[in-house]
Amino acid sequence: MSAFVESALRREDAVLDVVVSAGDPWSHLVGKGQTIRIVDLEGNQAVDTIFYGAADTSERYSAPETIRAQNNIFLTTGSVLRSSEGRAMLTIVADTCGRHDTSGGACSAESNTCRFGHDTLSMHNCRDSFLLALARLGMGKRDLVSNINFFMNVPVTETGHLDIVDGVSRPGAYVEMRADMDVLAVISNCPQINNPCNGWNPTPIRILIWD
Amino acid sequence: MSAVDPSTVLCDETIPGGAYWTRVIRRHTTLRIVDLEGSRGVSCLCYNADDPVERYNAADTVKIQNMIFVTAGRVLFSDMGRVLFSITEDTSGHHDTLAGCSTPETNRARYGEGDYQHLRNDRHRDGRTNFLYALGRHGLGPRDVMPNLNFFTRVRVAAGGALEWIDGCEKPGAFIDLRAEMNVLVALSNTPHPLHPSPTYDPKPIRLLVWRSPLPGVDDRCRTFCEEAGRGFRNTDALFP
Repeated sequence: MSAFVESALRREDAVLDVVVSAGDPWSHLVGKGQTIRIVDLEGNQAVDTIFYGAADTSERYSAPETIRAQNNIFLTTGSVLRSSEGRAMLTIVADTCGRHDTSGGACSAESNTCRFGHDTLSMHNCRDSFLLALARLGMGKRDLVSNINFFMNVPVTETGHLDIVDGVSRPGAYVEMRADMDVLAVISNCPQINNPCNGWNPTPIRILIWD
Repeated sequence: MSAVDPSTVLCDETIPGGAYWTRVIRRHTTLRIVDLEGSRGVSCLCYNADDPVERYNAADTVKIQNMIFVTAGRVLFSDMGRVLFSITEDTSGHHDTLAGCSTPETNRARYGEGDYQHLRNDRHRDGRTNFLYALGRHGLGPRDVMPNLNFFTRVRVAAGGALEWIDGCEKPGAFIDLRAEMNVLVALSNTPHPLHPSPTYDPKPIRLLVWRSPLPGVDDRCRTFCEEAGRGFRNTDALFP
């Protein structure tokens, strides 16, 4: 499942155009009908992302609902991101990477100790960034669910082996989504340096929104 | 079936198809779930009973162990790098970590209408609603519903990422043993897996047995399965000095 589709939207027409530094959190409202683009500026940068219903944040992106409805664990053009209530939240309308992960979740200080050893406990991690972004929105840890990892490559074999391997992305690759409802986008620009999910080198991303 | 000493049994219940079940499983006691008549799947969520903001995390479970299939020797991780349950025995061998639970919409699409007004207590119950029934009794709600685990079902990922339902996991008598490594609040929904192909709504009863199981030794299979799990047990044991 891979659908390389470029966008016709022009950067100068965007109503929002920001760069999120390596390792930073970011959040913003995306209104129904608006389009959000995430650009992997330097390549192989995992962008951990959760969407919440703006009207009721207890409705949030659901990995199982999303992968079951499209019968595929990878996201690309045409994928509909579904909520815990099974509703369409956003639809991917352009994608020049071709594959995005739904299985790997976000890194945390705690899971890092298991995966990489207790000497990684104090390293920066997506859990910290998510909690900071959510705290500013009056939300917290109970709102953390399995997230999307844009630009991250997590193949799963028929025998069940799962691994986080070198990215399929490249500098300038982007993914673009049209919102099907008013959503809050919450992002952790992943700071992980203990595996290849960011090409061993976390880098900035650009985010654009169009009306 | 590995025998359980009757004098150690704390709970022995059979629940019908469609039912939910919730209980706290104390550290170092074991929950056995038995497929009595060919299960269509049993959906499961679990939490640290002493602090339920810590909960089963499917992504961490598959990522830390590099494996989407969990069976004997593997563990279920919380989102705090700790072990909720060790799988100490498993005569089914097939459990799904990816595809989630049934919902009112998936039931309606596959089985048609099945409401209480028409079917009374044979109504078509679903995982999503059953989890809210079960969790609500502990003061938990929609924000606490995470991607769940499904027992007695197999969903494979094909090359290219497609989900593939694998038939033939219904095995009367098969069971899985889950040894609690902390005090675990468990919520089960005995409702058909959303990908189970049966065109009729026919969930089967399961037996739930909880007993005081032997304490894990230093050579315990789950504790020694891999370095990653070993570090998870180190994190877990620190809760119980």
